[in-house]
Amino acid sequence: MTKSVFLGTVAAATLFAGMGMAQEGSTLAQVKERDELNCGVNTGLVGFAAPDANGNWTGFDVALCRAVAAAVLGDSSKVKFVPTTGQTRFTALSSGEIDVLARNSTWTYSRDTDLKLDFAGVNYYDGQGFMVRKDLGVTSAKELDGATICIQTGTTTELNLADYFRANQMDYTPVNIDSNAEGEQQYMASACDAYTTDASGLAATRAAFADPENHIILPEIISKEPLGPAVRHGDNNWGDIVRWTLNALVAAEEYGVTSKNIEELSKSSNNPEVQRLLGSTDELGAMLGLDAEWAKRAIQANGNYGEIFAANIGEQTPIGLARGLNAQWTQGGLLYAPPFR
Amino acid sequence: MTDLPAPANPPFRPSMLIHDRRYRSLTFQVVVFILVMAAGWWLVDNTIRNLAALGKTFNFGFLWSRAGYDIPQTPIPYTADDTHLRAAAVGLLNTLIVSILGCIAATILGIAVGVARLSRNWLFARLMTVFVEIFRNMPLLLWILIVYAVFTEILPAPNAYRGDEPAWSMILWDNVALTNRYTAIPTLAMSNDPGSLDLGARITISWATIAITVALIAGLFLRGKIRDHAQKVQDSTGQRPTTWWKSLAVMTLPTLFLIWFFGLHLVAPALKGFNFTGGLNVSNALVALWLALTLYTAAFIAEIVRAGILAVSKGQSEAAFALGMRPKRTMNLVILPQALRVIIPPLISQYLNLTKNSSLAIAVGYMDLRGTLGGTTLNQTGRELEAILLMMLTYLALSLIISAGMNVFNSRVKLKER
Repeated sequence: MTKSVFLGTVAAATLFAGMGMAQEGSTLAQVKERDELNCGVNTGLVGFAAPDANGNWTGFDVALCRAVAAAVLGDSSKVKFVPTTGQTRFTALSSGEIDVLARNSTWTYSRDTDLKLDFAGVNYYDGQGFMVRKDLGVTSAKELDGATICIQTGTTTELNLADYFRANQMDYTPVNIDSNAEGEQQYMASACDAYTTDASGLAATRAAFADPENHIILPEIISKEPLGPAVRHGDNNWGDIVRWTLNALVAAEEYGVTSKNIEELSKSSNNPEVQRLLGSTDELGAMLGLDAEWAKRAIQANGNYGEIFAANIGEQTPIGLARGLNAQWTQGGLLYAPPFR
Repeated sequence: MTDLPAPANPPFRPSMLIHDRRYRSLTFQVVVFILVMAAGWWLVDNTIRNLAALGKTFNFGFLWSRAGYDIPQTPIPYTADDTHLRAAAVGLLNTLIVSILGCIAATILGIAVGVARLSRNWLFARLMTVFVEIFRNMPLLLWILIVYAVFTEILPAPNAYRGDEPAWSMILWDNVALTNRYTAIPTLAMSNDPGSLDLGARITISWATIAITVALIAGLFLRGKIRDHAQKVQDSTGQRPTTWWKSLAVMTLPTLFLIWFFGLHLVAPALKGFNFTGGLNVSNALVALWLALTLYTAAFIAEIVRAGILAVSKGQSEAAFALGMRPKRTMNLVILPQALRVIIPPLISQYLNLTKNSSLAIAVGYMDLRGTLGGTTLNQTGRELEAILLMMLTYLALSLIISAGMNVFNSRVKLKER
């Protein structure tokens, strides 16, 4: 009897050890089983991802999460938003805490390779800029020699800043901060002369100020910051789903499919590309492991790319960003969705 | 009387592993050992599998690649072109700086408050009680953030010192400027610089620093000699010669000479461009962290000191008074040596706590080991496991060193049993 107790303990221990496989299997299956998409977003950057007064997340990045949820789960509200800082975001993704990261993250070589991420595309072409108070009398980033600069740690902007000041043989004192909110607070208290981050982030931050007219964004853009959604390396199907959801939003704008006319177009459109996109003909969805109307639902969630842009960060909003590089290729921008066929 | 045959040992049966007291403890030890080993093996195995699933390897090669980021406070020369290893070293030094400053200040403040809490002055003692209870009963992180926020919000930007009639002016005879970024203090400069000793890896120590340190140590040594001599004279003649001026002379004269020789002088900071330059800008992150760590730990040390003093029985001081000792000598020769036995061991854990608590620096952007190796480096390279492991080992080593050093001190002051 004792022997069996003893052996039982050993067996139990071995069994426990055998259960060590965590987070295996396809992300798509996990999301479907959970019936909820875990989406990593900014801790709070107005226009891109911020909870409103009722605790509902809204913003440009949030809309992408909702589109993916609509495509995969058929309901754009089945998203759990996980706020991540510049420091925690990639760990959260690679540990499986989130399924997709849509948090103003720059697509770089080392992140794509060494950090084992896959960027599903670019949803905002950005560049790093500087914001200063108007009364400082600074009109160019070249005049920032000796300045104290607030910078979010763990970002590409931190590295660009170091490179830019070295290249121009200028000195600066970094003030390391953890989140945009902290940066805003330090900048407002004049604990730093300039605040640097992506130009879109600066515009969004400035829009939240009580006196936006007293702050200027300097003309220099010191880096390329292609921001896009990222997924874990290795699950190609899941990567495809996020990539083509983004492409569907971009293509929808190109073909004039909006949240208003989508029902009508899905029945009556003569454009074969639109028919394929909306699942009226062919079975493109099955190739992703989804149903035929995945893209239609994704577009219905918040509208096409142009609608999302206009509603969250466009010129009619307090953030007031122009389309610029983020216009369709037909309008002189860089948005170019590969063909749906 | 018949000889009873000694009871033969019963043959071993497996059930004896549980029911026989001779084997039972051994059985449990073996089972627990196997369980612990299995749990450990499971953790390692799980990690290896998950790393493999993510396609990540485990190596420390990243430490030798270019860091690419800047650090605000660099005790040794560092630029963005240096390696992650050097960035980690800078972080470690920053950790040491705030820990050492914190330990010193917390000890001084803690002893003062602890003794004051035993004061006969009712108001004074109660005030110290309030101090202790406030600081030790609120989370340290809150104190760090509060102190930092006070600095940031109340003090002015350097701009306030500009112009003919500035809103703020420098204090201490135009030597120190308090701003919401840093405290600008004067630096030492030499008009007759003897150069520096190169220790390799771009770390240098000025010969002047070495010379003055040697002079101070020699002064301490000579002072000891003078004392020994005075003791000898006292033992043989009963008269203690006056020594204070000799001690003062050997302690100060060589140093003063060196200061004059090297032309050591203070350079006050001056506002130039965006910031104060010329002096040393001590960042508010360091000051806030140091102040919060000091106040928090001092509250605990005060209680330890109070407990230590109260632990010495009242009879000891009464006996000392009965022998005609004055209160000060009673304290120094009777109470304190006995109280120290009680004070030192918990004091060690407070020093360890302070050092480990300094990793809360991240809250105010002070780039300590957690901020460099465990923060930016970890994030830029994606080597979470390696960086965290390295950081854990560093803190462990640091704590063990502090603990070892303090244990040596403890063995010197503890009750000598003969």
